[in-house]
Amino acid sequence: MLLQVENLKTYFHTPRGIAKAVDGVSFSVEKGETRAIVGESGCGKSITALSLLQLVPEPAGYIESGRILFEGKDLLDRTWEQMREVRGDDISMIFQEPMTSLNPVYTVGWQIEETMRAHGKNAATARARALELLDRVGIKDPSGALRQYPHELSGGMRQRVMISIALANRPKLLVADEPTTALDVTVQAQILALIRELQKETGMAVLLITHDLGIVAEVADTVSVMYAGQVVEDAPTRELFKNPRHPYTRGLFASLPARNRRGQDLATLEGVVPDSAAWPKGCRFADRCKYAWESCHTIAPTFHPNGSDRPVRCHLYDPNISGRPSRLPWLTELPVTADLVEAAKL
Amino acid sequence: MESLEKFFALDFVQNAIPCLIVALLAWALIRARREPLWAEAYRRLGRNPVAVAAIVVIGIYGLVAFLDSIGTTDKVSQDRTTVIDRLFEMPKEKTYSAPFASMTTGEPKPSALKAPGRHIMGTDGVGADVFYRTLKGARTAFIISGLTTLIITPVGLILGLIAGYYGKFWDDIIQYVYTVISSIPGILMQIALVLVLGKGIWQICIALGAARWVGMCRLIRGETLKHRDREYVRAAKALGVSDLRILLRHILPNLLPVIIITVTLGFSGLALSEAILSYLGIGVDASMGSWGNMIDSARDELAREPVIWWNLTSASIALFVLVLAFQTLGDALRDAIDPRLRS
Amino acid sequence: MLSYILRRILYAIPILLGVLFVTHFLFFGISSPEVIARRNLSTRNPKPEQIKQWLTDHGYDKPASEQLKRSTIDMMSFNFGKSDTTGEDIWSRIKQGALPSLIVGGLVFLIGLAIALLTAIIAAYFRGTYVDAFITFFCVVLMSVVYIVYVIGLQFVLGKLLRLGPISGWDTGLGMLKFLALPVVIGVISGLGADIRLYRTFLLDETNQDYVRTARAKGVAEQWILFRHVLKNALMPVITSTVAAIPTLILGSLVLESFFGIPGLGNYLVDAINGQDFSVVRAMVFLGTLLTIVGLIFTDIAYALVDPRVRLE
Repeated sequence: MLLQVENLKTYFHTPRGIAKAVDGVSFSVEKGETRAIVGESGCGKSITALSLLQLVPEPAGYIESGRILFEGKDLLDRTWEQMREVRGDDISMIFQEPMTSLNPVYTVGWQIEETMRAHGKNAATARARALELLDRVGIKDPSGALRQYPHELSGGMRQRVMISIALANRPKLLVADEPTTALDVTVQAQILALIRELQKETGMAVLLITHDLGIVAEVADTVSVMYAGQVVEDAPTRELFKNPRHPYTRGLFASLPARNRRGQDLATLEGVVPDSAAWPKGCRFADRCKYAWESCHTIAPTFHPNGSDRPVRCHLYDPNISGRPSRLPWLTELPVTADLVEAAKL
Repeated sequence: MESLEKFFALDFVQNAIPCLIVALLAWALIRARREPLWAEAYRRLGRNPVAVAAIVVIGIYGLVAFLDSIGTTDKVSQDRTTVIDRLFEMPKEKTYSAPFASMTTGEPKPSALKAPGRHIMGTDGVGADVFYRTLKGARTAFIISGLTTLIITPVGLILGLIAGYYGKFWDDIIQYVYTVISSIPGILMQIALVLVLGKGIWQICIALGAARWVGMCRLIRGETLKHRDREYVRAAKALGVSDLRILLRHILPNLLPVIIITVTLGFSGLALSEAILSYLGIGVDASMGSWGNMIDSARDELAREPVIWWNLTSASIALFVLVLAFQTLGDALRDAIDPRLRS
Repeated sequence: MLSYILRRILYAIPILLGVLFVTHFLFFGISSPEVIARRNLSTRNPKPEQIKQWLTDHGYDKPASEQLKRSTIDMMSFNFGKSDTTGEDIWSRIKQGALPSLIVGGLVFLIGLAIALLTAIIAAYFRGTYVDAFITFFCVVLMSVVYIVYVIGLQFVLGKLLRLGPISGWDTGLGMLKFLALPVVIGVISGLGADIRLYRTFLLDETNQDYVRTARAKGVAEQWILFRHVLKNALMPVITSTVAAIPTLILGSLVLESFFGIPGLGNYLVDAINGQDFSVVRAMVFLGTLLTIVGLIFTDIAYALVDPRVRLE
């Protein structure tokens, strides 16, 4: 087990009170594995990613409690200075906006080499490796690119530069926070393919934060679905796509276009995500869930209701909750994912 | 020019200015209450004790200025007696006296006072009560800052809106004009204008405003430009709403926060400028009484024996507290209205 | 680079012409030579002949086209003419006064910039803590004191009570140093509040940028991020804001110079204001503007040196 996050809570001070952006998140990443965290914006997935490296915007945000075990040791025990040794070395990160994530006044080469120099490599080695990296991520004329400034490159090229910065010290885990969201569709595919190739070569694990189920199907081995600061479903990608268990996950799939539902209106999830400063008492999805009954609004569901291997945070799977329908309510409906499974050849 | 000068020298006009400012501000604030964004901002402002203190301080200064604006005019001598004058009616002293009589150096020692104990801040070289003179400065400060604001806000607003909204030709012209004006250093512009226009409140305010409308105009232009390309403005345009209506109904309300913050912060800068102009000998008339004049006259008194320092201290503190209050209020407003700008 | 500079200079020409027109309009449109003469003549109600005589003496009797030439071409060639009150050649007085003003202004500017930037960096490094809150509050207090109170009050306290330096005067060579101390200290203190606050805002704006997060994610040390990443980006707005100070470098701080008896341009201007000397004021307005425009050109060049995004073509 490379990374194990247990009951992570990251809170923010806001004028309305304490916002519990990440509220008890647990998941794990095996060596060489790709885990995706998927959810709508505001569900806490990006904050989860930033929490791993303790880069939550201060002083408003802070990690309230939890454990982040990396190779068995808790990262939260480290001081800021000790944490610095991990960042960019064992764990590195790429971000959504390649436009603004690079410093505009330094050359690309300087910024790649900086990562290595920060971790004790000498200038000559750093320069040679920077050249090698730029070549590897598919930049033509790498020696010329070293001397270029970020604004002289296209968005896709900049994200390639970001990737070479992240890979400079051969990390064991790459955290990719929506790495393709800001890019054109064709470039998206190239970047994803590149990440996958590099992963195969180096054997690193990838934690991919995304809102795009298509990307999940393409690259992820396992998936955590997040809603309102919590993981609501955790499954191998194939399993999740074949049989989504949580009503929220089903809602996500139903809102995608699919061939077997041609001619029907796309389903939408009614309502909005509740306020993170005042989560509802019961299930956080209850207000938007068409299957919810009384208990859903009063009792908060646990993550392992029936002790199965596929944890789901939903009362429908909890035999101890009263008022539960005898069988899953959607068995009579059309399958929501058949097409996607086929398309992604899962 | 002459008739304008006479018009603005009228007590009625000069008194109308502070009242008008108060009325306009009150209207803007009450009007703004209806907007949800502002209601939230008020609540935040009310919870900030520093902001409340600043408002109270400004209120007290405003009250003094107001009390100094109402009074009676003597039929024969045409002298005006305001409420503040009435409150400080006491026998005229012959010489200086310190608030704590021993706190100065040099000769001659002060002679006995006619109304001992009534001069909170002592009396100056010619026996005038320092505290009374300080209070008289409040009205001048409000008139100068207020009138200048009344001049620059509409000019900056209208030109900024036109440049930002219509762009192209109008933008080029207006940008050229304000680039020209802003490349003349502000203090030099003020000096030149007062020399050319002559002394007087009206002239000083024009001189102060001539350099300052540029800042307002540039700000409004930038903000308008931002809003012009927003969806809601495009939607309104597509629906055939007239330009004037878009500007007044859609864009202007969105600019109100920026305008109010700028005006509040600008007020303090104007009060400070008045003092500098007085020092350069191109400020308000000595008979009107202003903090700038008090500070200016203090420089001679500090060079002489006995050293009369409380005149300077009293005026500086009065000015300092008012400016500090406006600065703090401006910052608090910015925090309350736009949490994104919070440091 | 050369063509870039040339283009900047070309941009400046219409602005300079605009300023010349504005000043001409001020002195001949709003006011008139007659008004100037009336103010300058010592008698209370001057006779028309006296005014006429004054106008002839000071060269204001020429036709309008000649006046316009004086306001534009002569100004541009630094041919400012003679003072209205003393009859001295203005340009030679300006040349005399420039050096003392440049020394005082330059020292105030450089020392002030260094202290303000350093304090702002400290505030930015300790952002959100009591250190930062204290510095911010202190700045607002400093900003709320009117400039002349700094000058009058500090001269009184430092010079007269504590006797830390001579109250006023000037000397050439090394003897200048003792006369410089007080005005420079006072000049620096009076500008600190506003500058620190401004620079702190610039720095904090940059610390919230995405590239800072990237640098942290790379494991770069905080001090390195502040000095190498943030500072270099924040320098650009700092450069822009310091342009405003460039005319004051040479024109000198009016109040400071007249107060400490420094024979600089500021002092000259204050005398001109007191003497209602229009031609001197006009020359100084032009000079101040010219310096501002030159300052703007230098800003653009500095920008091009610091920011790779500025295109030189």
